[in-house]
Amino acid sequence: MYKKEVRGELILGNKSYGDITRDILRSQEEKAPMWWWIAFAVFFVLMSIGLGYYVPLTISKGIGMWGNNNQVPWGWAIINFVWWIGIGHAGTAFSIFLLVFRQKWRTSINRAAEAMTVFAVLAAGLFPAIHVGRPWDEFFIFPYGPNSRGLWVNFNSPLLWDVFAITTYLTTSAIFWYIGMLPDFATVRDRSQGLKRKIFNVLSFGWLGSMDKWRKFEDTLVILGGLAMPLVIAVHSIVSTDFSAGILPGWHETIFPPFFVVGAIFSGFSMVVTLMVLIRKAFKLQDYVTDDHFDAIARIITFVSLIMGSAYLIELFIAWYSGNQYEAYVFDENYLKGHYALPYWLMLTFNAFIPQLFWFKKVRRNLTWIFWITIGVNIGMWLERYNIVVPPAAEDFLPANWFHYASTIVDKWVYLGTIGLFGVGVLLFIRFIPMMAMNELKQQAKRQTDLKPTDIQYHAIKKLLEDE
Amino acid sequence: MKKYWRSLEELESVKKNEAIEPSIEFPTDGLSKDEIKNKYVANRRDFLKLLGFSTAYAVAATSCQQPVRKAIPFLQRPETVTPGVASHYATTLSNADDYASVVVKVRDGRPIKIEGNKLSKITQGGTNARMQAAILDLYDTARLQHPVKKGKKISWEKADAEITKKLGEVAAAGQKIYIIAQTIVSPTFKKLLADFKAKYPTAEVVYMDPVSYAAMIDANEATFGKAGIPSYHFDKAKVIAGFNADFLGTWLSPVQYAADYAKTRDLTNGQTEISRHYQFESLMSLTGSNADYRQYIKPAQEKKLLIKLHNAIAEKTGHDKIKELPCEIDVTKLANDLVANKGASLVVSGTNDKNIQVIVNSINNMLGNYGTTIDFSRETLLRQGRDAQVKQAFMDMKNGQAGAVIFYHTNPVYTCPKAEKKAKLIEKLPLSISLSDKIDETGKHVQYVLPDNNFLESWSDAEPVTGHFSLGQPTIHKLWDTRQAQESFMKWAGVSGSYYDYLKQNWIHNILATAKSSGQDNDKNVAQDSVAETSESIIDFTSGWTKALQDGVYEAEVTAEHPSFNAAYIKENEAKIVDFKKPEGIQLALYQKVGIGGGLMANNPWLQEMPDPITKATWDNYITVSPATAKEKGWHQEEVLKVKAGDYEVELPVLIQPGQDHSTIGIALGYGRTAAGPVADQVGGANAAGFVVDKDGYRQYSGIPVEISKTGKTYPLAQTQTHDTMEGRAEDIARETTLAAWQKDKHAGNEKHVFFKDKLEHVNLYKHGYNPEDYPGHHWGLAIDYNKCTGCSACIVACQVENNIAIVGKEQVRRRRNMHWLRIDRYYSSKEDKLYSEVEDNPEVFHQPVMCQHCDNAPCENVCPVAATPHTEEGLNAMAYNRCIGTRYCMNNCPYKVRRFNWFNFVEGGDYNYLFNDEVKRMVLNPDVVVRQRGVVEKCTMCIQRIQEGKLRAKDEGRELRDGEIEVACEQACPSNAIVFGDTNMPDARIIKLFQDERSYGLLEELKTLPSVAYMTKVRNKDEEHKTEA
Repeated sequence: MYKKEVRGELILGNKSYGDITRDILRSQEEKAPMWWWIAFAVFFVLMSIGLGYYVPLTISKGIGMWGNNNQVPWGWAIINFVWWIGIGHAGTAFSIFLLVFRQKWRTSINRAAEAMTVFAVLAAGLFPAIHVGRPWDEFFIFPYGPNSRGLWVNFNSPLLWDVFAITTYLTTSAIFWYIGMLPDFATVRDRSQGLKRKIFNVLSFGWLGSMDKWRKFEDTLVILGGLAMPLVIAVHSIVSTDFSAGILPGWHETIFPPFFVVGAIFSGFSMVVTLMVLIRKAFKLQDYVTDDHFDAIARIITFVSLIMGSAYLIELFIAWYSGNQYEAYVFDENYLKGHYALPYWLMLTFNAFIPQLFWFKKVRRNLTWIFWITIGVNIGMWLERYNIVVPPAAEDFLPANWFHYASTIVDKWVYLGTIGLFGVGVLLFIRFIPMMAMNELKQQAKRQTDLKPTDIQYHAIKKLLEDE
Repeated sequence: MKKYWRSLEELESVKKNEAIEPSIEFPTDGLSKDEIKNKYVANRRDFLKLLGFSTAYAVAATSCQQPVRKAIPFLQRPETVTPGVASHYATTLSNADDYASVVVKVRDGRPIKIEGNKLSKITQGGTNARMQAAILDLYDTARLQHPVKKGKKISWEKADAEITKKLGEVAAAGQKIYIIAQTIVSPTFKKLLADFKAKYPTAEVVYMDPVSYAAMIDANEATFGKAGIPSYHFDKAKVIAGFNADFLGTWLSPVQYAADYAKTRDLTNGQTEISRHYQFESLMSLTGSNADYRQYIKPAQEKKLLIKLHNAIAEKTGHDKIKELPCEIDVTKLANDLVANKGASLVVSGTNDKNIQVIVNSINNMLGNYGTTIDFSRETLLRQGRDAQVKQAFMDMKNGQAGAVIFYHTNPVYTCPKAEKKAKLIEKLPLSISLSDKIDETGKHVQYVLPDNNFLESWSDAEPVTGHFSLGQPTIHKLWDTRQAQESFMKWAGVSGSYYDYLKQNWIHNILATAKSSGQDNDKNVAQDSVAETSESIIDFTSGWTKALQDGVYEAEVTAEHPSFNAAYIKENEAKIVDFKKPEGIQLALYQKVGIGGGLMANNPWLQEMPDPITKATWDNYITVSPATAKEKGWHQEEVLKVKAGDYEVELPVLIQPGQDHSTIGIALGYGRTAAGPVADQVGGANAAGFVVDKDGYRQYSGIPVEISKTGKTYPLAQTQTHDTMEGRAEDIARETTLAAWQKDKHAGNEKHVFFKDKLEHVNLYKHGYNPEDYPGHHWGLAIDYNKCTGCSACIVACQVENNIAIVGKEQVRRRRNMHWLRIDRYYSSKEDKLYSEVEDNPEVFHQPVMCQHCDNAPCENVCPVAATPHTEEGLNAMAYNRCIGTRYCMNNCPYKVRRFNWFNFVEGGDYNYLFNDEVKRMVLNPDVVVRQRGVVEKCTMCIQRIQEGKLRAKDEGRELRDGEIEVACEQACPSNAIVFGDTNMPDARIIKLFQDERSYGLLEELKTLPSVAYMTKVRNKDEEHKTEA
């Protein structure tokens, strides 16, 4: 049962159902504001250049267009892949963990978070596709048939696990996101005319809002959520095995699966916050995304940041304690004071030190602080992936091979291209899809009205009888 | 009946009573009336037109899809050729830089690989990088493809007529005809030149070597009365002292010396002593990097040092001392070692200074080395150039006494200082001819360039060392309209017949016959010889010609000669010998690179991309500077400096090179070629030959005073290794010990291997790994002996040739994308064996060849998602290129980083025009090895094609494989036999012995990758463990 005096009001301004619908759908029913067009143009250009020119260039010329070399065979592509996958954890982690733990404040944020997941995973999925040497033979990686020559994939390889994990995760997230939107699509349908009405009619699967449908809807979401929750943990654990199953000092670590999952939630939550700050500002949704919301997320981020900091310390400790000279070299020499000290210390600063500012309530409730700290976390998380992918490979076992990695313009543009893809996706989402789960907000609005459940049932039954 | 109108217009027309024309479906603009009229029917002609067009279009459209490639079978197969099976021909490689008796592998009529001839007592089956790469020069499209007169094509007949006429005129006028040739070691060619001289009495042959050895020849003449170079037997030496002589890399006959040297360093044949090698040199050479004791010296110090050594030895042996010059380097230890090993020691110097060579001769004489390690009865004939003669030739051109010059594979405009003056002299002559294979730098200034055949298209012979003959036969018909230079001389000298006949007759009547009359196979042969006179066909079987041709080599007895040492010469010339001027400032030392040599093969991409064994740089020459000097002067790596001496100057980047004298800078010869071909044009660097100075009549290559100034520019260098120390990992990477320690305990230096062998099995969580039952048949392995490996890099090129490995060019090497399957890691010792310790001022060097280790517990195998790199049941780590999609996970996970990725399309259609994109050069590709597409990972396969060939041959002959029958490319190329390939499941195989040797260990064995490559701990012959200074 929701106790207002304990939990506080999650939707301010004493909104009626109609207010909620109008507020949320304003973004798509009114003309797009100027900033939307400018932002869209910028992201679209980034996407067009990055994915429209530099990706085909890579595919037609070869991976040599990137900065990778014999010593560091993976570079920005894998860094970006892991980074985007991490961000892609936000939606599901946010939405599902909070759903299962019945944290009602998720309602105003989960839709955007889920949308972000889908676009981030799409952006992430691009990298494994283009970073192989022969993309045209990529289907070899799927256990396909008919298989007359007995060729089979190698189930020992973490990269194969990746393929399964990511495709499953993308499918599940997309279904979860979509099903959660059904009632809202129906709302849009009811409020629109012409073609838009037809489209949303199809999209809403003919949702009518009967009690039976609502019951099934909610059950489905909880079941899907329950299914997806282990996936959230599995996906990044599996991504981490790309490294931890390797032999390189600095990769071969048992801490990696939880470390990666926590890191992913860290970056995902931060990205959600960054976006919600912008959306709240842009559409004046402070009644729905309140300071309390940010306060709650900031607390989580602080907690996760502490886990991250501990993980970094444990890595350093184990590097020393294991007596493995190669690992000790990577951590003590390479990270702390060597060639890669700058990215390492920046990573520590952004991920472990700065988020500690959230211990102060004033910071937790100041949008500017929150915005920049969460941006910082995502920079820090990118650097963390850089530190994982590049330095252990650059300076591994035989010093004669040691060579550093330098990215090229193509690397950078492909990355910008995926940022463009993500931005375009998010902007289209804002414009064409209800960006907050209206149905859940309405439930929440009802919950806040201090009625006992029996009263709610009474009123509902009474209303039904009156209608008949 | 009701009437409906389709339109108002129709109604109108009905009202007007007009006939309704059906509307025109297609626009009729531009059509003729007939066509409009016939628009609904296709008449016969149109139909045929359409049919014809569509058929033609269909044919055109479908036929341009794939180029048609025909494989045309032999209608009548030549008896000796089986398609797909290689034939091997013994022949001789002899050019200005190298001599080797070789065996050429010919597949389907195309020579594709050069191997050393194991029957040769000179090269002993070894090769160097240049010999391995020489096969590509055959297919070099930059070769001149027809004779040329002043840049215009001319026919051979016309050229011959003109030249013969002019030669006659010049000879009649009493003017000299100079034949400036590389040192000719061919006895038949020498005979032919004698014939030429008979026709043109003013002809004179002058030898010009890329780097002169004239001082040695003159010193020997002065002290022994023999103008020549004796043969050196490094294999008989227990103490070797080299002074600026890079005898393992570039000096005289390095392949031979490397083989001999390795014999004295071998600890796997029951021997318990190895030679001790001292090296004193200004720059870090390959030889110096292998020395037990090495000291850098200033070029000018060499003489002082040798005199000090001379006197130290003289004192101990009771000979006369000479006037000593002050020298701060201590030579007592060396002198003691040398004297203790009298008759089994060897002192050599590579400096072209007669006085120094005289001192060296005297030292060797006092040590009693003549007759043991130095042998005058078999002279080394590889370098016969006399600087004075070359000088005289150009003097004669200047003062008009010379009327004609013929350059036989010499290129003075490139290899000599004051090139422009020489070019002008040549241009002024009435007749000038170049017999080079290209219009080279000199060829641009001569009247006729008459391209010589490649050696693989020619008949030839050689006598590199007195009494050691070798024969050369063509392995392919000449590719272009070229002509063997000897045939040109025959034409001009009026000798009829072919050079083949001339050569054969010379061998039968002179070389083979004199050998017989001089001894061994007596009566029977003499009897047969008389028969031979009558029938040409029997001659072949009786005279030994066929056998000599098949073997490629022939050895004749020689009479022992022990010329006595003329000690009086030193007494008489003591003042001159000890004359010393203290040099000021920074001195330049010119050197030859192991791969490039004199720059003869500058257009060969394999050599240009081969990392220099010491600097690991490719595609460039540069100024080597010691770290201390760089620090003092504020020079940094890749900074461009201007070096000036006299009126010659070059701008070159700095490369910081430890172990080099502080007041000496080094520049390699052989770069800056301007007319060697498109690949050479891509090579950076500058020609350093202009710095060569004349001192006492000898070309001087070191101790040249130079002025150096900064230019403010930088220039990128492409090195394949940029980290030089082992960062405290020596005992896991490159194990070494001293001879004394090894004699006490055979496990010395390799203690960790014992530890791992005992412990690792028990502490491992998983049971996977090497299980002998998994390999019931063969299990292939390699053993590499650090004691024999000199780092000469012949294996690198051999591997590239054998396995069709792409050349990627400087830019990609710089980005560390070189494709070498086999690399040689070169480490310098640091001040302490710990992290971030600086390289020592005079470091010890370690050469470590690294190829795929074919781990039985391979980290790369289980991470490939598509199973493109599985383990074979013969213990090989296989690579299925067709299956590889290029995730590069295996590359990450290989602790040795031996896997290579095709970052771009280096083969057909790519932008990399080195050898895979040229129809002619592609003929060099090994048809047994797939050429890899872009996007796939590749690596050493342990020459799986050779293993397969060997297995099939054994199966065909119904027998078991023999140990040593299959040789992998790197093993075969190695001049010092440092690499041994074999089956570790074969009892009594050589490799089993090596694997079980106490010195053997696996690289990074604590990772438990279970490599199939064993390395043998290096044993240095030093008194004590290398002292590190804290």
